Amino acid sequence: MAQDLFSQQAANRRRSRWLVAAFIAFFAWLGFGGDLIAYLATRDTPPGAYHHVLPLGGLLLTAIAGGIAALAWHTGAQKVLWSTGARELTVATTSAEQQLINVVDEMAIASGMPRPRIWLVPDDDPNAFATGRDERNSHVAVTEGLLRTLDRDELQGVVAHEMGHIKNLDIRLTTLLAALVGAVALLGDGAWRMIGRGGARLTAVGGGSRREGKRDGAGPLVLVLLALWIMSWLLAPLITRLLALSVSRNREFLADTMSAQFTRNPLALASALEKIENAAAPTRSIKSGSAHLCIADPAGHARRLLGVFATHPPMSTRVRRLRAMGYGAAQ
Amino acid sequence: MGISIVVLLAVVVAFWFVGAYNGLVALKNQVVNAWKQIDVQLKRRHDLVPNLISSVTGAMNFERETLEAVVSARNRAIQVEQSGGTVAATAQAEAQLTGALGRLLAVVEAYPDLKATGNISQLQEELTTTENKIAFARQLYNDTATQYNTRQRQIPTVFIAGMAGASPVELWEISEPSERAVPKVEL
Repeated sequence: MAQDLFSQQAANRRRSRWLVAAFIAFFAWLGFGGDLIAYLATRDTPPGAYHHVLPLGGLLLTAIAGGIAALAWHTGAQKVLWSTGARELTVATTSAEQQLINVVDEMAIASGMPRPRIWLVPDDDPNAFATGRDERNSHVAVTEGLLRTLDRDELQGVVAHEMGHIKNLDIRLTTLLAALVGAVALLGDGAWRMIGRGGARLTAVGGGSRREGKRDGAGPLVLVLLALWIMSWLLAPLITRLLALSVSRNREFLADTMSAQFTRNPLALASALEKIENAAAPTRSIKSGSAHLCIADPAGHARRLLGVFATHPPMSTRVRRLRAMGYGAAQ
Repeated sequence: MGISIVVLLAVVVAFWFVGAYNGLVALKNQVVNAWKQIDVQLKRRHDLVPNLISSVTGAMNFERETLEAVVSARNRAIQVEQSGGTVAATAQAEAQLTGALGRLLAVVEAYPDLKATGNISQLQEELTTTENKIAFARQLYNDTATQYNTRQRQIPTVFIAGMAGASPVELWEISEPSERAVPKVEL
């Protein structure tokens, strides 16, 4: 692993692109793969019989994912903020609030973005999250516990991490991935029946073409593809979720490097992460559905330790990489 | 066959040209914009100084020198700004002001009576955020300017840099020796 800030950033971006490409390829296989199999299976049937030309399955899956994404897109930010009971901070009443506003202002300057709206979540556990559609409609929320726990530099590191998510359009990416995962889960059920029926028919067709002796290779190929496709659907809910989580973890690393870029003080974020990790209580007011937006998984230690099922990388790894950036800069 | 390859090559070169040209122009505008951000923050600091002085002046009569240094550094910075100074001249004048404000902040810290009043802790936060904002605006400007300078010198972009009106821009460097020096701590 490359050590300094910008090479870590580049490595994370590369990895992220591959993961998203793999996700989309798998999703396309789930949707349009079935159409391909049906096309291959019905290609040699007599002119009067059914020919599968229009990729209905793929279009249906894409439309469902698009619908879920659009819905989440339009209601997402408000719903997340509302569910946490956050209140917007416009005029500071305490010095801690004034400091938060100042820190967000500073990070807006450092990132070259318009200032996001600031929200306070009434929760004693230190945590923070970002939401919103793009740079112009963005929100940064921190818990009251975070304001109490961290000093100025650490708060700056955390706010910079959240601004990094906004700058990288991570909210857009995670909303999209969540929609794809949702569409797969939703269609999985219906697909079982389709596979049951279509499978029987395709087997009959495969046998038929061999009897005619015209296209010897087509039958077995269709069967192999079909078996692969059914297996993919069997594992799809698990695979899509694991891929989405893997992207989420990768974006956390990337946001950490963005924080280092904005503050040039990765050690402050490292110490903030340690403080957040050491705070025992889970963040109750943040639902686990919004976990990927937070600085640390609100569910607490139990889920933070779960490896491939975690939304965030292990805290010790994040701290180690931040330290590496810090010492790289000091040299 | 030969002609189609030539046409294909021409199309590829044309696409590259448009992309590289627009990239340079966009970066140049980002540099200009980043510079304006510094300007905004510097003006904010110039406006802040009179309030700052009036709120500490009663309690700090005996620190005349420190206060006067801040006022004169501010006036010089405004002069440079109004005369449309270069990047280097502005950087130098502002570094003086940063140094003077830093000494004021250190003096304020040294007076527990002064620190005890709520006003001063507010003031400290205000000073800290002002200095931070300038530092971060400068960081963004230097990063963007470096990117711009690097891009226009790299092959193959260097071949069209002249056409896109690109020329290297000055970085904002710390020229004040006092700002570079490690602060002295007296116990």
